Amino acid sequence: MDTPARAPSSELGAPPARKGWRRFSARLRSSFGLYGGASLIVGYLSIIVLIPIAAVAAHGFSFSIHTQGWGAAFWHWHLSAGFGTFWNDVTQPAAISAIRLSLWLSLTVAAINAVMGVAIAWVLVRDKFPGKWFVEAFIDLPFALPTIVVGVVLLFLYGTASPIKIDLFETWMGLLVALLFVTLPFSVRAVQPVLASLDGEAEAAAKSLGAGGIRTFVWVVLPSLWPAVLGGFGLAFARAIGEFGSISLIAGGIGRTTLASSYIYNLTQGFLWTNAAAVSTALLVFSLVILIATNVFARRIQHRLAP
Amino acid sequence: MNHTTRKWSLRVLVILYLGLLVGLPVGYLFIKAFSHGFHAFWVEVTKPNALAALRLSGEVALIAVPVNTVIGVGAALVLAKRKFFGSRALQLAFDIPVAVSPIIIGVSLVLAYSRIGWFGSWLATQGIQILFSPVGIVMATMAISLPYVLRSVLPVLIEVGKDQEDAARTLGAGPLRTFWQVTLPAIRWGVLYGVTLTIARTLGEFGAVLVVSGNITGKTQTLPIYIFDAWDQNFDTVGAFAGALVLASISIVALVILSTLRARERKLHVDLA
Repeated sequence: MDTPARAPSSELGAPPARKGWRRFSARLRSSFGLYGGASLIVGYLSIIVLIPIAAVAAHGFSFSIHTQGWGAAFWHWHLSAGFGTFWNDVTQPAAISAIRLSLWLSLTVAAINAVMGVAIAWVLVRDKFPGKWFVEAFIDLPFALPTIVVGVVLLFLYGTASPIKIDLFETWMGLLVALLFVTLPFSVRAVQPVLASLDGEAEAAAKSLGAGGIRTFVWVVLPSLWPAVLGGFGLAFARAIGEFGSISLIAGGIGRTTLASSYIYNLTQGFLWTNAAAVSTALLVFSLVILIATNVFARRIQHRLAP
Repeated sequence: MNHTTRKWSLRVLVILYLGLLVGLPVGYLFIKAFSHGFHAFWVEVTKPNALAALRLSGEVALIAVPVNTVIGVGAALVLAKRKFFGSRALQLAFDIPVAVSPIIIGVSLVLAYSRIGWFGSWLATQGIQILFSPVGIVMATMAISLPYVLRSVLPVLIEVGKDQEDAARTLGAGPLRTFWQVTLPAIRWGVLYGVTLTIARTLGEFGAVLVVSGNITGKTQTLPIYIFDAWDQNFDTVGAFAGALVLASISIVALVILSTLRARERKLHVDLA
């Protein structure tokens, strides 16, 4: 046995091994490609998204950087009133009622969505009837329609001039319908693939042991759907709490139906940018908390199901 | 309640819910369109302000879509190549515009780049104005439509794997040639999917653009803002209706393209979240 420990590289057609400086420079060039590309992308991302969001949080806490001449690159940080103004802006009665309305409507919408999402996904996966493809195509429509179109369309049908005599203009029911419309696909699209991937053996076992349809669903099917349902809940909540276009028309102009996003928009119309930043920061915190919480819960449940 | 009743009641419940929530309102838009007749629609759409809004929307899309496509494909290539320090954070950062309210995106751009913002005074000395100008509209649109190409391309790129690229490289192809002749053909449907989503989002963006644009009729109105203005300020329901019809038709075409692409590539998801 006299086989060489390593096949000669020329036999494999690989380029001859580089040594010393040449190898170093090749490595440098290849990682420059990666990091050069990455830093370009991070630069763009910073300009378009990251720096602006940081500016919101900073202005929200009245924490601003004054540039004293760019060339001198002299950064003068100053921390005026700080948390005090933030708290003051956020605890205005109008701000509180707008944030409260946004919170409970978004929670309601996400909850209704979770229930209806499971029902719709069930029908789409387990049921067969003529025209099902049409129902399936309908689900994505709210994703594709621009939000202002949703607003106009809902006001045509459920506005003051409603042809079917259902007037939801300037009511919280109108807001609810608009938010349900735009968040419809989240739960359905989260639950559907999981439901389709269940093999039905456990269900068959439960049924053969005498469990009824509803009991089988609650104790056998539902537990494996929980992570998907929670994920859909979090996404729907985050979308609902930030939604503006679809509710901007049906909300009208009264305080009782002003959601947090409309409230922020009204502040910008009065050029009250710092107040807008404060309420925006509060809203950012809420959506962040819900997204993280649902993610953690979903992961924990998933872990318990399939460790 | 036996099996059949349960099945039927669930089926009816779902169809009723979808019908009342989505089907009826959207259907009513198109029914009204046909009852008004094509002529009335044409008169509304060819009004000067409507045409200006259409043109601005088109111009914004012409800038935002190519830039976001290049950035999205680039980010997907970087993220798929290997894990590096901060790659997870980079991917998460791309999703920020989906999770954050469009109104907040608009406010954030103003607070960073307008006269009252961090870099406003410097930008003003350079002669760049963000607030109430097309530059701000383009930036807001770019921010909002940023995630979609990356989201569509990355899963496809990961599934395709690196074998073919490596083969091309050992056969002597340079990185550019490998990209154009091996990688891009493999991910082309993913890219097209992402571009369609980006176009749909770009043309429909409302909240973020409304905050930065200042809503100046004929100058800084994109089509969605024209619709809002027609309804909310001018009580011109027919004008709003015609604009909504244009946008709804575009998004239905986009929906058809997307579902055709999904049938071709199973890795593609509905992701216009």
